[in-house]
Amino acid sequence: MAAMTGAVSPNKKSFSQWLRGRKGQQVMIMTLFMAIPLILLFTFTYLPFAEMIGFSFYDMKYVGARKFVGWKNYASVFSRQDCFGALKLSLYYMAGSIVQLVLSLYLATVLSFKVKGGNIFKGFMFFPYLINGIAIGFIFKFFYTRGFVFDTVLQWCGFQLDNLPYWLRDQSINNISLVGTSVWRYFGQNMVLFIGAIMSVDAELYEAADLDGANKFQQFIYIILPSIKTIVTLNVILSITGSLSAFEPPYVITSGANGTGTYFVVMNEIAHTQQKVGLASAMAVILLIIIFAATILQKLFFKYVFKSADDEDLNAAIKREKKLEKYRARKAGR
Amino acid sequence: MMQFKKILRYVGIFLKYLSLVFFSFVAILPIVSCVITAFKTDTEYQSTNVMVMPESWFNFSNFIDAFQRANMGRAFINSTIVLICVLVVSTLVGTQLAYILNRFKFPGNGLIRNLFLFATLLPGIAMQIAVYEIMFKLGFINSLIGYIIMMCGTDVIAIYIYIQFFENISTSLDESAIVDGANYFTIFYRILLPLLKPAIVTSCILKGVGTYNEYYAANLYLQNKKLLPTVATSLYTFVGPLGSKYNLICAGVIISLLPALIVFITCQKQIYSGLTSGAVKG
Repeated sequence: MAAMTGAVSPNKKSFSQWLRGRKGQQVMIMTLFMAIPLILLFTFTYLPFAEMIGFSFYDMKYVGARKFVGWKNYASVFSRQDCFGALKLSLYYMAGSIVQLVLSLYLATVLSFKVKGGNIFKGFMFFPYLINGIAIGFIFKFFYTRGFVFDTVLQWCGFQLDNLPYWLRDQSINNISLVGTSVWRYFGQNMVLFIGAIMSVDAELYEAADLDGANKFQQFIYIILPSIKTIVTLNVILSITGSLSAFEPPYVITSGANGTGTYFVVMNEIAHTQQKVGLASAMAVILLIIIFAATILQKLFFKYVFKSADDEDLNAAIKREKKLEKYRARKAGR
Repeated sequence: MMQFKKILRYVGIFLKYLSLVFFSFVAILPIVSCVITAFKTDTEYQSTNVMVMPESWFNFSNFIDAFQRANMGRAFINSTIVLICVLVVSTLVGTQLAYILNRFKFPGNGLIRNLFLFATLLPGIAMQIAVYEIMFKLGFINSLIGYIIMMCGTDVIAIYIYIQFFENISTSLDESAIVDGANYFTIFYRILLPLLKPAIVTSCILKGVGTYNEYYAANLYLQNKKLLPTVATSLYTFVGPLGSKYNLICAGVIISLLPALIVFITCQKQIYSGLTSGAVKG
């Protein structure tokens, strides 16, 4: 007994010593600095994530009794017209994001070279990204209203008001109008990203290419595109998940009426208005599975397609270096 | 031949500027039309085309009316409180986490990084279905503090900006401080945090704009619109009976985007660089 207490007390002492020592301090600061972010992450991300998967097997509201229904919610996601039809709408948004990508790539290329007033153009095109979604909703409701801004501008261009459709009511065009607002909001932001990537290319390369007689289009294909393909591909893949989760334009502008309800709008309606939490959770889980699949595809794509591309890049880099040397030598010779 | 090439070049330059002007026009037309309408009186609004300039650029009555009806005074106070709390807490928490993840090697370091990265894959609006339940259980519905705590959930882009920044600060700085007898707190607060300032400014601007514009969760959790509007949700006042008074609505919209405009004009460079550095890593 006495021996045991004897054994404990030096242990205890060494614990407080350990706490004051380097190792103890490290553990202490690690616990202190990581506790809050990890608790937040757990409470607002992983706990709801787990709960959501659980909910998807129940027929339930936020309050009141719950009934286990197995896979029934998942089956109804695929059989209900509003849920499954909404997935098709995302094709519109995908098409829109491709347009947006091409447009912003073009503008980024133009603005990366010397342009008078470049910063002002850039600012104008980027600013929509900083406006809140509700304000954008109102702005575009106003913009598309019969006889208002958009119609007026088209009339300036010679169109007759009678030939113009109702931009938000006509089912053949209203989704395109909504995709337009989404492109309007994000093309400037994409452009800024691409400008950043293009600017990281060595400026001497362009000068060398200029001397070699390459025109701007060739410079784009051979210098700019290879060096920013990673960020372009990333954006293409992001646009797939982005279009599946398109939410804001239809939510604020049309509240999903007249066949504009995207998957998220329908899900939001089912969860918070109809309070069918189980069904909405099943929808969310299905969407998450699609997003994971897209992400895994992206990883594979980067691993296998860009792996070979990286080797090629190395060659290209060596060639480029040689060209640069030649160019420097020429410059020095002059 | 030379002449032809010259003409072609000028045409190219012309087209370049034409496209820039065109897309800039497209970008600001909706906003400009809103500004025009916001200055019109009711009769003017009903009798003239939306693109006709207002009679007076000093007719601020719509702005005053919109500000009062949408309870925007209260909304600006709430948004300011949320903004300050979220920025202070998330900056502290984010930099601390980045410090640990960058400076300490321990089992689980990679796991924690991956946990944060994985979280970005989960789309926010889908997650709110279940977050709502948790907020309900915590008693965070209609609680500004609850909303603030939820918004503090550190965003990964900021953490990556900080980690990147830490990578460029030499560890010899830490080591010499340890030799001098400083503990880790002192190293972090006295030495490293001041050096992080540019990264903090950048990510605060991005996070600030995001928080100021956030409306989905605000609408969901701050249901008492009289007492707890934020600037973004206060605009909901104009849904319904006021829905066709666009001169009033436009004035409200313009008021709500003024702060973003001011931040944009003063901090353009940081916004651009923040976006770019976040995207490269993310």
